[in-house]
This record gives sequence, C-alpha cells and structure tokens, in this order.
Amino acid sequence: MNCLEILDSGTINIAGITLNRRPVKGKVKRDFNNKVKAIRKRVGMPFQGFERTPSLDEDFQIKAHTLRSRVGMLFQSLNLFPNLTVLENITKAPIIVKGISKSDAIDSAMKILDKVGMAAFTERYPHELSGGQSQRVAIARALAMNPQVMLYDEPTSALDPELVEEITEIMHTLHDEGMTQIIVTHAMKFAKSASDTIVYMEQGQIVESGTPFEIFNNPEDSRTRRYLKIVEE
Amino acid sequence: MSYRLPLLLFFILSISATGLKAEDGLLRWAADAESGAPYVFQDPRLPTRLIGYEVDIINAISKELGLEPEFVQNQWDGLIPGLERDDYDIAINGLEITSDRQQVVNFSIPYYLTFEQLVVRKDEERINTLADCVGKKAGTLKGSLAERILRAKGGIDVRTYDSEVNSYADLKNGRLDAVLIDEPVAKYYAGWNDELKLVGQPIGEVTYGIVVSKSKPKLLAKVNRALSKLITSGRLREILETWNMWNYSMAIYLNDKTESNILPKRYTEFLQSQGMEVTFSDLMNRYIGFLPSLGKAAITTLELSVISMIIAIVLGLFLALTRVYAPKPFSMLAILYIEIIRGTPLLIQLFFIFYALPQIGIKLSPFVAAVIGLGMNYAAYEAENYRAGLFSVPRGQMEAAISLGMSRRSALRHIVIPQAVRLVIPPITNDFISLLKDSSLVSVITMVELTKVYGQLSSTYYDYIGPGIIVAAIYLLIGIPFVKLSKMAERRFSVDKRKMV
Repeated sequence: MNCLEILDSGTINIAGITLNRRPVKGKVKRDFNNKVKAIRKRVGMPFQGFERTPSLDEDFQIKAHTLRSRVGMLFQSLNLFPNLTVLENITKAPIIVKGISKSDAIDSAMKILDKVGMAAFTERYPHELSGGQSQRVAIARALAMNPQVMLYDEPTSALDPELVEEITEIMHTLHDEGMTQIIVTHAMKFAKSASDTIVYMEQGQIVESGTPFEIFNNPEDSRTRRYLKIVEE
Repeated sequence: MSYRLPLLLFFILSISATGLKAEDGLLRWAADAESGAPYVFQDPRLPTRLIGYEVDIINAISKELGLEPEFVQNQWDGLIPGLERDDYDIAINGLEITSDRQQVVNFSIPYYLTFEQLVVRKDEERINTLADCVGKKAGTLKGSLAERILRAKGGIDVRTYDSEVNSYADLKNGRLDAVLIDEPVAKYYAGWNDELKLVGQPIGEVTYGIVVSKSKPKLLAKVNRALSKLITSGRLREILETWNMWNYSMAIYLNDKTESNILPKRYTEFLQSQGMEVTFSDLMNRYIGFLPSLGKAAITTLELSVISMIIAIVLGLFLALTRVYAPKPFSMLAILYIEIIRGTPLLIQLFFIFYALPQIGIKLSPFVAAVIGLGMNYAAYEAENYRAGLFSVPRGQMEAAISLGMSRRSALRHIVIPQAVRLVIPPITNDFISLLKDSSLVSVITMVELTKVYGQLSSTYYDYIGPGIIVAAIYLLIGIPFVKLSKMAERRFSVDKRKMV
C-alpha cells in the first residue's frame, strides 16, 4: 500500500487515496522521522548516509527513477549546491539529465526565477542569500525539471512568519498553474490556509483525510482530535 | 572520468620503457659512482666525468672488444641483483669473488688482488690486530667481504656503511674504534689523513672479478679474453701503477717481479685534490661546476614526482570511489589495497617491483618502476584524502541531485566530487611535497636523482655541507611552484567560501 503513483492523466494515488490533479494537499504529520522515511522510500531515496538504497529491486529502482523525474522535492534543509551560483543551481540538472543546451536551460531558468521573484540574484552564491531567498531558489531548482508534483518537506520550519506568507503565495501561484503539491508539515495554520485536502498520519499510517474544514471542524478519529487539541493549547 | 589522462600516461610510460633495450656495439657496465676512489668516482676537477682504475680497465676491455662503453649507475649492493634484470651487461666495482656470489653470477678471471686493511685513530694504542677489535665498535662497507670477516670473528660490534667516507668520518669523531676495508680504500681515504693510521698485517685475501650474468657465457669468455690480453700486454699493470695499486699479491699473480718505473700519476692527483687548500672562490667555482649534474638530477626528481603524483591522484580517486560506493566485494578489494600499500614500506615495494617482478616476466625500466612504485604507494594515501573529502560533503547534496533526476554517477561527478576536490587540495599538496622528498628512495633502483647526486658529490669532495645546502635549496625551489598552484586551485574551487572571509 505504501506507494505513490502518478498516472498520465495527472491523477495521483498516494497510499491508496486517489486524488484528482490540482488540489493543494497538506499532510499533518507527527512522528517526523517515520514520515520522512516513508516519503523518501516512496521516491526511492536513500535515507541513511552513503548507504545504498536498501532492499529495492531493480524494477523498483527504475520505477523510482521515472517517478523522481516527475516529482520535484523541496528538502527541509534545502540542499542548494554551495559551489554553484543561483543560475547554475537551477540549470545544472536540466543540462545533465535532459541534455538540453545551456542557453535553453538559462532561458527557462530565468522564467522560473522571475516567477519566484529571484531574477535579480542569478550570479549570487547560496551563502549570500537569506533563508527565504534560498528557499525560493530551491523551489525554482525543483521546478526547472518540470515536475508534475511538488513535494515539500517542512517548508515553513525555518522561516519567519512573514516569509511563510511569501512561500504560501508561491504555492498558490503554482496551484493556479495546475501544479499538484504535497506538503509535509506540523504547522497547522499553514496547512489550513494552504491546502485543499489534508491527510493526517501517525506512525507512517493514514489516520484520516478530508478537506481542511472537515479535519479542523469535525475530525472523525480520536487521534486527530487529540492532536488538534494539543496544537491549539 | 576522463579516459584521456590514463591513456596519455600509459603512452609516456611505454615510450620510456622502450628506450631501455640494449643496442649493439655497446658494453653496458654498472658501478656505484658513490663508491669513491680509486674504483669509480667523479673527477674532483670535473664532477661530470667519471674516473678510477676500474673505469680505465673497462675502457681498455671495451677497446679490445671493439665496443663502446656505456656507464649505468646502480647502488653497490644492487649491482648483482641488477644484472639479472639485464639493464647492463657487466658490473665492476670491487666485487670480491666469493663462493656464494658464484652461485648466482659468473666472475671473470681476477683483475685485482688485495687484502683487508685495519685503520684506527692516530692516538689509538689498543688495536693492532683483528683480535683486538673484539668488544669494540668496528665499521665497514655493507655486504663486503670485510663485513663477513668481522662477523666471523665474533664479539665485535659491527657497524655497516653505504660509503667508506662515512665510516672513516665516524672513526675520526669516535663513533667507531676501527674500520676494516679493502686496502685501496684505506690507501686513498685514510693513508694520507693526519688523524688516522693503518695498522697490523694484511687480513684475508680479496680478489676482484668482473661480474657477468650466468645467462651470458659468451660474453664472459669475451671479457676473459680481453682481460688476459691486458695482462700479457702489460696494460693492466700500467693502469694499476698509475693509481699506485701495484702490489706484492699482483706481482705473484701475474708472475711479474720486474721493477716499477711508472709514476703513480693518478694517485698523486687525487692526493692533491684532497689536500688542496680551497679558497672561497675555488669553492664557488666548484659549486657552479656541480650545477649541470644537479640540474639534470633535479629534472629527474621533478619528472618522477609529477608523473607519480598524477598516477596517485587518478588511481586514488578511483580507489576512494570504489571503497565508498562500489558493492561489497569491490569495496573490500579497495580497502585491502589501501591497507596493504599503506602498511608496508615503500622501499620494499620498490625492490619488489624492480627485482621480483622480472622473475615473473614483468620487466620495467628503472624510471617506470620508480613512477609506478611511488604512484601506487601514494594512491593509497590520496584515496583516504578523497574519502575524507567525499564524507565531508553533506549527504543532502547527493539526495538533492538524485531528486533532480540525476543518476548516482552524474550526481557524484557533477555535484559531490567538485565539492570534495576543494577540500582535499591542501592534503594533496602536502602529499606532493612529501612525495618530492620520498622520490630520493628510488636511487635504490638505479635512478640517479637529486639525493643520489648529493651523495656522489659529497663523497667525492668529502664536503657534506655545501652540496647539502644546494640540494636542499633545489628541493625547496621545486616545491614552491606547486604550493602556489595549489593555492590558486583552492581559491578557484572555494568560490563560496571566499566572500565569507
């Protein structure tokens, strides 16, 4: 059951729940490590240092690779490439993976940077950027691969409240363009304001899912209720 | 990884390997030019020229055989093993004819007979015979007949040296009580010295022969024929007399009891060069005279070090990647390689490559053997440097690259390695400087590099200070450009750190 499927129609099947394309989807999470592992496992990502991806057969490796090419991922720690400029951070993967020319890569990178409001920073290095700027570059880097789905791992955890606003804006812009976005977060207000669907998970298992209104106002499961109560206090 | 660099290297190495093949019309003869007077040594008046009574003998033999003599340098204790490698045809360097040597090589008829001579300090009263040496410290040349005589006596604290000059120096400054070495050496290095004296009766019988490989009986016959001719024509006696080496043993051996009428011209010249009052300008002129041979040796050292380091850097990266990323059997092999190479002495590895590999049919030229030995050794160290570099790149970098659709391979190549390289530049520079100096070890496999030339020059002039300072300065000068280069590379790669400072 632990599987993420993206159909060509754009329909997404995550952990047995089928979603139509476009909803901004928030996942309220507890038990952080399990969840990160779960999400990484789904995209075939090694999660322990240099260890090779364990116990995945070749078939899955290939599937995982195809899957990754359709999914953009924003890491909690961003992981920008410190030795490359903003522009190089964004163009590197398209040039290597897709084999497009450098000038084409720069053209599309500029469009994306413009979208996230970072067009003035192309020649900067990651260490010269603020937290919010870095995050926008990281989003731009993922978008440059033209993903069908964006995954965000705790996107607001390291941000000031006003920067959360900026990120939410970018997410809404992408939403309006038809991007499916999955967010893993503990920030309940953010989840409430940013998402169309919320899936509440505990111990790597889905507890319940529904619209923000349903989850926040009328949670069916006692575990969801307990968590919401703790967070409100 | 680019495949061009290894290919280029291979090309360079194969060229230098083919330059080794014996050519017709040459008599390739080996000796250790550091062995000193009167055997084979550098002319004090012109250090690029080799002189000695053995040089004269070889020239005379070559003339008889109609061959052109070509000198090959080798460590004295490597002269016989080197013969099996076929880098030279014969070896001559005061090699005593002994039964255990005769088991591995053939000797020509003797060309000189002498004995072992005991030398002590002028004020020494206690030591007059070999028996007096018991309980004392006695020095001699490593692997010589004298060493065996001293050890056979029992109870003597035997110290062995690579160079006779050093043994006499230690005798003078009191580290030794006596030195037992072949009589010609005693005559040339101790006989005229105010602080030393020759004592006692002749000890043992020393018979020098020219060494020829057992696989070349024809060459042996030719050498013997030429040597006999030199004896009958009186040419051998003439050579020995000019070097003041004609003695009673030789008179009996050659059955020639006539009076000598040739002046020991070469011996007198040697004494003059040793006793000479040297003015400052003489000294400067002498040092300037060193420059051609030092320059040549410096180029050898530089070539050795740079090519070895390129091998070490390329092979080291391969080893590190295998160790860190390859499946278990391969990574275990890489670990095994690193641990074995790192844990065993470079000197033994060099001997192994140079002398043991030819026995299974892999014969490398001295240069190639040196470069491979140094390169493979340093690769183990570089591999560990790279590994440290790879681990210091946060794993999120690899994850980010993979999440962007890169394969592990391109993630390594484009994202992880460039960041690791920046971190390993300082330790690699460090290792290069260390390699530059370790390259002096390859003199044991016949390479004439800076330290070897230093040994030759300092033993010729008995001057360890001047040449020492010059050679040390050359090492320093060779290293500096590479330190600068690495600083530049560091700046180039550390673009993200630069502006933080």
